[in-house]
Amino acid sequence: MKRATISDQGTARLVIETDRAFCSGVWTTRGIAPLEQQLELAAWPDSEELLFDCSALSALDTTGAWLLHRTIRTLEQRGRRVTITGLRPEFSALMQLIASSAMASKPPPQVPPNFVTRVGLQAWHGLQGLHDMLAFIGETAIILLRSLIQPRRIRWRPILHNLQSAGFEALPIVGLLSFLMGLVIAYQGADQLQRFGANVFIADLVGLSMLRELSPLMTAIIVAGRSGSAYAAQIGTMKVTEEIDALRTIGVGPTELLVLPKLLALVIALPLLTIYADITGILGGMIMANSKLDVGFDVFLDRLGDAVSLSSFLTGIGKAPVFAAIIALVGCYQGFKVTGSADSVGRQTTVSVVQSIFLVILADALFSIAFNWLKI
Amino acid sequence: MSAATPISLSPNDPVIDVRNLHTRFGLNVVHDDISLSVHPGEIFALVGGSGCGKSTLLRTILLLQQPASGSIRVFGREVLGLNDEQALPMRRRWGVMFERGALFSALTVTENVSMVLREHTALSADLIAEVAALKIALTGLPPDAGNKYPSELSGGMRKRAALARAIALDPELLFLDEPTAGLDPLSASGIDELVQSLRDALGLTIMLVTHDLDLLWRVADRVAVLGEGHILGMGTMTELSQMDHPIIREYFYGPRGRAASVQAGEASKTWKKK
Repeated sequence: MKRATISDQGTARLVIETDRAFCSGVWTTRGIAPLEQQLELAAWPDSEELLFDCSALSALDTTGAWLLHRTIRTLEQRGRRVTITGLRPEFSALMQLIASSAMASKPPPQVPPNFVTRVGLQAWHGLQGLHDMLAFIGETAIILLRSLIQPRRIRWRPILHNLQSAGFEALPIVGLLSFLMGLVIAYQGADQLQRFGANVFIADLVGLSMLRELSPLMTAIIVAGRSGSAYAAQIGTMKVTEEIDALRTIGVGPTELLVLPKLLALVIALPLLTIYADITGILGGMIMANSKLDVGFDVFLDRLGDAVSLSSFLTGIGKAPVFAAIIALVGCYQGFKVTGSADSVGRQTTVSVVQSIFLVILADALFSIAFNWLKI
Repeated sequence: MSAATPISLSPNDPVIDVRNLHTRFGLNVVHDDISLSVHPGEIFALVGGSGCGKSTLLRTILLLQQPASGSIRVFGREVLGLNDEQALPMRRRWGVMFERGALFSALTVTENVSMVLREHTALSADLIAEVAALKIALTGLPPDAGNKYPSELSGGMRKRAALARAIALDPELLFLDEPTAGLDPLSASGIDELVQSLRDALGLTIMLVTHDLDLLWRVADRVAVLGEGHILGMGTMTELSQMDHPIIREYFYGPRGRAASVQAGEASKTWKKK
């Protein structure tokens, strides 16, 4: 029972002679690597009977015992008769334990699926994902309707909390990025406009591009990265720790408590953020127009009023709630898809961001087509 | 003494020697002058009510937490104040099984076990795979459990897998935090036997933290009862059960304590027959 309590010094040794092998030294996990290599190259004598003399074995642990067991078993499979002598009683007890466990220890081989199976599985999972997503949207819609019919059911506290975290706390980053975007557009356009002496049209360029397209899109992308991922991670972690199940058993619908407030808060917050981005973006363009094109603030604003119609502004703002719904639904849905492990939380969070940005841009393209068709 | 120098230990020196340990969280005193020692080949249990600092003591010995003052010697070497690099030789000689397994969820059970071997040994990939399978079998898991991820295992299987990882490097010292908590009686008694057979087969020293009175009666050689920041009593279960301290009495003579002790009496008879 006593293994070497002294930290293992010395190495594992095996000396092979005509009809016997001498095991000596310390056969433990730490020092056994050289012996393993030596065993692979070992030239075993041809004699039919082999004697393993283990009397000089000073320490043996499971790895050492396994190596000895494996070596002996391989020799026996080659038709040799092997006897072990000199094994201390505690070592032979360990050898017996290893031998009995070794019977059960072979893991069944895993057959990787072939190409056709993989394609089929991928397609099936894709379809299943689509189905689940639709089911999720449907469930959320039903619960949303129910809440609208009975406004008492709406949970204001989490909505306000989400408004703060997804809306108010996003102001600095949204403002800064939009300001820079306005600055850059004005800067890039300045050269071209100057060439035609059309300096004042900088207001058209900045105003239309920011208000119609860039502000809503960029704000949505920032919010998808900031809040969509947070939704997925929060719900995913709650799923891992069985909090979602706990909610269900208490009789509180997770959709009602977790999804709806996020959805409503984001649908309110994103248009507001977009307006804020419009303002800072135009401010950026205005500053650049003033310094590079000598278009003063008053002239710029005057022109902006003529260039940008109310409908342009509204189409930009009108897209924001749709983007908000996409981000909130994708984020929450991916959170619910987490299964059991920290790894899965990370994966679904990534998927939520990629998918919501993709869907936001896709929706934006569809909006462009629709507006074009409606001649707005 | 440099980190690489092996420390000679005579067979009777304690494996763990805690002296005058004080731990505080803010104003809250967790350990007030605790001393204990664990001898080679012993199964030593720490018990006590919830929040009495059992797990904190374990974490302190494992260098996961710093005490306010005191000394902890493991394998005869002072461990407090060691940095990660200096602690590595220690950490390779002990294995830890956490209460909730703490298996790496991104890896399968086999990968969880073989990762430790890959990090710390120069063995070939084949031998590592075989040894990992062997460790998994030693803990009584079915062979196909090796290919599963922790999230696919039941609570009891997860504990066994965590134990397989803890013994991956054939440690001389094994720490078990609540090895039977959350298990059904059948799985729990399986763990009892497992702990005992591991000690007998591998000559391990085991320190465990538990609430499980059955486990205590069946496997623990010595038990320390922690409470109010002190060690209220230390000794074999039989000795402890005769002590007068009210908390100890309550612990052992509550309705569950009595049942476990009766059962243990019967169990030890059948054990002896075996």
